[in-house]
Amino acid sequence: MELTDREVAEAAIKSGAGNVDEIMQKMAEHKGCETNSDGGKKASCGTEAGENDLPPEIWEKVKNHPCYSEEAHHHYARMHVAVAPACNIQCNYCNRKYDCANESRPGVVSERLTPEQAAKKVLAVASTIPQMTVLGIAGPGDPLANPEKTFKTFDLISKTAPDIKLCLSTNGLTLPDHVETIARYNVDHVTITVNMVDPEVGAKIYPWIFYKHKRYTGVEAARILTERQMQGLEMLTERGILSKINSVMIPGINDEHLKEVNKAVKGRGAFLHNIMPLISAAEHGTVFGLTGQRGPTAQELKRLQDSCEGEMNMMRHCRQCRADAVGLLGEDRSAEFTTEKIMEMDVNYDLATRQAYQARVEEERNAVAGAKANELQILAGEDSDIKILVAVATKGSGRINEHFGHASEFQIYELSTGKGAHFIGHRRVDLYCQGGYGEEDALETVIRAIKDCHAVFVAKIGGCPKKDLAAAGIEAIDEFAHEFIEKSAITYFKRYLEGVKDGSITHVDKGDAEIRPGEVAVDVVNETVAAE
Amino acid sequence: MSYKIIASQCTVCGACEFECPNAAISFKNETYVIDPKKCTECEGEFDHPQCDSVCPVPQTCVPA
Repeated sequence: MELTDREVAEAAIKSGAGNVDEIMQKMAEHKGCETNSDGGKKASCGTEAGENDLPPEIWEKVKNHPCYSEEAHHHYARMHVAVAPACNIQCNYCNRKYDCANESRPGVVSERLTPEQAAKKVLAVASTIPQMTVLGIAGPGDPLANPEKTFKTFDLISKTAPDIKLCLSTNGLTLPDHVETIARYNVDHVTITVNMVDPEVGAKIYPWIFYKHKRYTGVEAARILTERQMQGLEMLTERGILSKINSVMIPGINDEHLKEVNKAVKGRGAFLHNIMPLISAAEHGTVFGLTGQRGPTAQELKRLQDSCEGEMNMMRHCRQCRADAVGLLGEDRSAEFTTEKIMEMDVNYDLATRQAYQARVEEERNAVAGAKANELQILAGEDSDIKILVAVATKGSGRINEHFGHASEFQIYELSTGKGAHFIGHRRVDLYCQGGYGEEDALETVIRAIKDCHAVFVAKIGGCPKKDLAAAGIEAIDEFAHEFIEKSAITYFKRYLEGVKDGSITHVDKGDAEIRPGEVAVDVVNETVAAE
Repeated sequence: MSYKIIASQCTVCGACEFECPNAAISFKNETYVIDPKKCTECEGEFDHPQCDSVCPVPQTCVPA
């Protein structure tokens, strides 16, 4: 009998093959796939899942880009280099005394790099993290307000590491002037931050812009900005460059209006829309922080994302990362790659090793996708209006493989008979195991962050937190430790529905939860674990 | 007649360096400085000094 990918993976786990590489090796042997890459073609290796119904040329562009493909972000990493400190507009959610507040956690100042330093850093990271496939320039100012530095960096990297995808993130004010250059450097992905298409709304978000040697303010500034953004987006679409739109959701200012933004950008060919919650706190020193402007709650954000989710893809896995972030989304390894450390590194850029590693990642990825394909069948015949959320503690690779107390974030899945297990976002939490201080408070923080969930799936959990979670109406489940996320969640959901049917479970709606955006630096996590 | 940069307020973003029509602004000792010999306060070229127009921090590029 032909074994499924999932069965092979499970057998590998049971036989004691603990690490991912061994498992992937076994799976590759089983399937007779070669582990050397031939440009990512995988037709002979079965599943093509994750592609949804994207045209092949678009899938080819997004499949290894963690920001453009939710599924890819479990497997591939990105990095940003902070070569662009200057900006040409002012946003009320940004205080450039630190960095762009939208890109940074407070009190953490990034190092600025010259293009030459940036190129060396990219090679150092690419050699250390072979699944790093994407280089972005996202500030800390605006990449296109620093065009010489931005394009010099792209030029250096495209010569020394031609396999790395290039992308940039801009406010769009000078985008129309640079689209030709962007196309020339084969930049495949451009993100534009669009918070409004109505200058009256814009005037509440942007105090001023600097355009053609003049500072503009108020409605006039916002009108110029929106015209330039839309023109730039149209020019990108004409040239086949994929564009993602980032929007900051600011309750009471642009929350309802973002539906109009969604229509406007969809109509101009944007590929993906990423609605992010406003990060706002007085200590950031931003205008919104000082005026007490609040950010949205988890359910407010989800409702808006749901209402915009039609023909256009919504991004829900954004971590609002720093302009110098390094690693998988959800982790930040930038501390390993400071300028000082990089300059001491002896970098040997080995393309063959990178390709071999990435081929293995593809094997693991296919296994997850293959497992997923059969899972919906578990729910066959079930039809219910009930939708519940569950939280998952994971280190990646699509499995429930993190200890409750070590999780720095939880991934949130919505379970329904229509869509099965549908990823809807993540929630950052303070580390629960903090080695000595405020443990109870930390647990309360976790509960506040996931209190709209019915259950939390973990690799392991202690008795006390389990009891406290139960008191908050959240069931802690460790029976699916190291299993694939979706299948476990669906199995749980089927059992839940059966419980509701036979009366042993009374279904209740859970309330709302808090958003704590951002990433937790990996070195902090490691220190905390080491201190235990 | 010349402008100067209040170093304690400067974020060192460098936006002014590119906008200065006289190339009077340079990066020295971890901050940006305006060469008073080159600065014209943009007179005859722009309505307002470019360094102050682009600077993100109010009252940082000011008359010397």
